[in-house]
Amino acid sequence: MTRVERYLVPRTIAEAAGGLRDGNVTIFAGGTDLMPQSKSGKAKFGTCLMNIRRIGELRGIKRTASGFSIGALTTITDLRDSPEIKVGFPALWRASDHFASDQIRNAATIGGNLANASPAGDTLVPLLVFDARVVLVSRPNGALQTRTIPMTEFLVGPGKTSRRPDELLTAVEMDAPPPGFTSRFFKFGTRPALDISTISIGLGAVRDGEKLRNVRVAIGAAAPTPIRAPHVEEALEGKVVDGATIAAAVSAADCDIRPISDLRASEWYRHELVHNMLERMLSDVGHG
Amino acid sequence: MSATVDIAFTLNGVETSIRVPVTMSALEMMRDALGLTGTKYGCGEGECGACTILVDGATVNSCLLFAVDCDGRDVVTIEGLAANPLGERLRASFVEHGAVQCGFCTPGFVMQSHHVLTKSPHADAEEVRRGVEGNLCRCTGYKKIVEAISAAERVG
Repeated sequence: MTRVERYLVPRTIAEAAGGLRDGNVTIFAGGTDLMPQSKSGKAKFGTCLMNIRRIGELRGIKRTASGFSIGALTTITDLRDSPEIKVGFPALWRASDHFASDQIRNAATIGGNLANASPAGDTLVPLLVFDARVVLVSRPNGALQTRTIPMTEFLVGPGKTSRRPDELLTAVEMDAPPPGFTSRFFKFGTRPALDISTISIGLGAVRDGEKLRNVRVAIGAAAPTPIRAPHVEEALEGKVVDGATIAAAVSAADCDIRPISDLRASEWYRHELVHNMLERMLSDVGHG
Repeated sequence: MSATVDIAFTLNGVETSIRVPVTMSALEMMRDALGLTGTKYGCGEGECGACTILVDGATVNSCLLFAVDCDGRDVVTIEGLAANPLGERLRASFVEHGAVQCGFCTPGFVMQSHHVLTKSPHADAEEVRRGVEGNLCRCTGYKKIVEAISAAERVG
């Protein structure tokens, strides 16, 4: 294990971004991912450990001109208790409700879920459905610099993001969805609580009479990162949700997903799960 | 050996100061450095809830919490519930309902159910089950545990 030589507890974004310039800094907030990963040897500490939990300006859900900005330190419990999230972003609310356990929801933050970039990260799938953007702040030469990138550019591989070591993830932003937009989230695991997704699916669309418009589909734990499923979206866009449309969307999923076999499920079973759960969700949308 | 840091926090109502390695968990601090062994080490990875403590009024798995992050906060362990009316009612209810078998999970269940009933004093059985979904009982005595928690409001 690397020897941790310094411990930093910044109080402001500027202070944290300054501290990150030294490189080799391990950031934590809730600790729910870093602690077990460091004990198992999966994560190595840098020479500096930075606790960002005291940065007040990183906490809370704020209304913006176009939608909402969720501060990186917002806990999963904060999301679950938020009427704005429950009403405006039901797929994200559902993912928060199904997230681990009460004890972990009370500590774990949305910023941590993003930065860990697990292919099975629960909030990432609904955030993809809502076209969320990740806000990264650095301080290369005294002045703060902000970089805002779409989720699809942020997530680059299992546990890998495009965040530079000198950047602090400060928030995730979402535009208010178009009028009439409904969203759903489904997670498959072996038990309801404390389970890492075997697969998860997020679905959002505007119902236009019998047809679906503005269709967005995201799938978790079926590729190196949670992904948007463009082939499934294309099979559904502007279509009446009938048996033929559902069958086309389900078979299109095979063009989008690239699941692996691991201890939770085989590649074959993940294909089956995505097919069957997508079919179930779409039948439900068709009838609702 | 990693760097150490001096921290100060309220532990079961008492101002406490201690020097801890920055990579130590709150669970290790409680048990090994402060001698409070009521908080149990079950799995060490947040799966079982045996190490549940209250920090600033919300329950967390102390095995996943960095000890240094207790600095400046209000921490309550199972030992701190002894003088607390709801804690006492829960303890009596667990005994009355036979909700303790081997007893290893009990401190975690009492801490978590204290939090559940504080947030929702009239929680029904379903709310109780959802509330303690992060606590495992390997004796599988869940029925009596849920009954004990649901009845705690009326005990005493």
